[in-house]
Amino acid sequence: MKKVLFPLNVEEMWSMWQDNPEAGLLAGGTDLLVKLRSQRIRLKTIICLEKVKELQQINTDGAQIFIGAMTNHQQLLENQVVKSRLGCLHQAAAVLGSPPIRHMGTIGGNICTASPAGDTLPPLYVLQANLELVSPTGSRIVPIEEFIYGPGKTALAPMEVLKQVIIDLPVPGIQTHYHKVGQRKALAISVCSLACYMQLAPDGSVGEARLAWGSVGPTVMRFPEVEALLYGRKISLDILRQCGELASQKVTPISDVRAGAEYRRRLTANLLIRLLPD
Amino acid sequence: MLIRFYLNNQLKEINSDPDKRVVDLLRENLGLTGTKEGCGEGECGACSILVDGVSKLSCLMLAAQLDGHNIITIEGLADGEKLHPVQAAFVVGGAVQCGFCSPGMVIAALDLLQRNPHPQRSEIRQGLSGNLCRCTGYQKIVDAVEAAALEMGDKL
Repeated sequence: MKKVLFPLNVEEMWSMWQDNPEAGLLAGGTDLLVKLRSQRIRLKTIICLEKVKELQQINTDGAQIFIGAMTNHQQLLENQVVKSRLGCLHQAAAVLGSPPIRHMGTIGGNICTASPAGDTLPPLYVLQANLELVSPTGSRIVPIEEFIYGPGKTALAPMEVLKQVIIDLPVPGIQTHYHKVGQRKALAISVCSLACYMQLAPDGSVGEARLAWGSVGPTVMRFPEVEALLYGRKISLDILRQCGELASQKVTPISDVRAGAEYRRRLTANLLIRLLPD
Repeated sequence: MLIRFYLNNQLKEINSDPDKRVVDLLRENLGLTGTKEGCGEGECGACSILVDGVSKLSCLMLAAQLDGHNIITIEGLADGEKLHPVQAAFVVGGAVQCGFCSPGMVIAALDLLQRNPHPQRSEIRQGLSGNLCRCTGYQKIVDAVEAAALEMGDKL
């Protein structure tokens, strides 16, 4: 039998963790409890984060949004600031898992699980999200692309916790999108996904562009050379095809139960076509 | 560990291993076998319950997480012999084939109708998208939820 502990705040969390240094942290449970049951992970103690008050809230000061790590995907989906200013993150939350999975799974869990297929990750990469990590001795801010360095591998130090996600709210004129291909519409782990952030001038030409692909490499991937192709250009089928050709050479997909590597390469290019204005 | 929670509107105080899965606690300790276990991994929705009115998967919850919460299972919906309108719509509409997914489907429908009492058919499909029916009787399930929404209006 495992011990299950419920700290109410960060202070209690540290003291419980120090008393049980081998404990595992439980956020929404949609990954951890599957792994525990199949004995891919063994734990004697579980520290459940659902009552830690510092990890719960979403705040904004007008320039930035602060999303507590224990915010679940449904809360993300219903948040008006996320909906109106962070379109790609809203769209990702909408296609993540299923209704009950969205009621349970958390943004912090999605980040720390660090799956290349995690739906919130490509949006967080193009939004250049910063992560606040806290430990008993202090806190530090790490950009998401430095936080995740392989499948399931993160920069979390021992006894360190993701407290919140900090995102600069895009100014007007920025468009963001998230597109995903899975084997079905619900409960699908992405076969390939694409998040995009584009600054558009009134004449339709692209200023800064950021593109991030999921499920086509060990982590979410961005390619500055591909993004640079869009600079100063108007979005057209031709330019998107050029970007797609370059990107599909750069990705490093694997073949697995969901799709072959060649199909993923093709999707890497073809998902860009969805950025064409209607 | 002593766990106190409301189960189908009755206060329960039970001793349980804190790491027992909620689906096992409901079925084995409390005899509430209406909640089904399908995949045990959060992919099928058969084990759905309402936690403080929101659908969650009892195969991915630990008993200790029930403490202090208000839990509704399929057994808590009928008023004595009188079925809940969603249950009644499933019966009338023939939305049950083998019946294994039905409790989870009804719970998912309630979750949907509580936040959206007048859903479009596409919204019903989305609301039920976490629940698998291996008999593939989806059409009649969607019909039943649509009928229940009409029947209930804003009464939920």
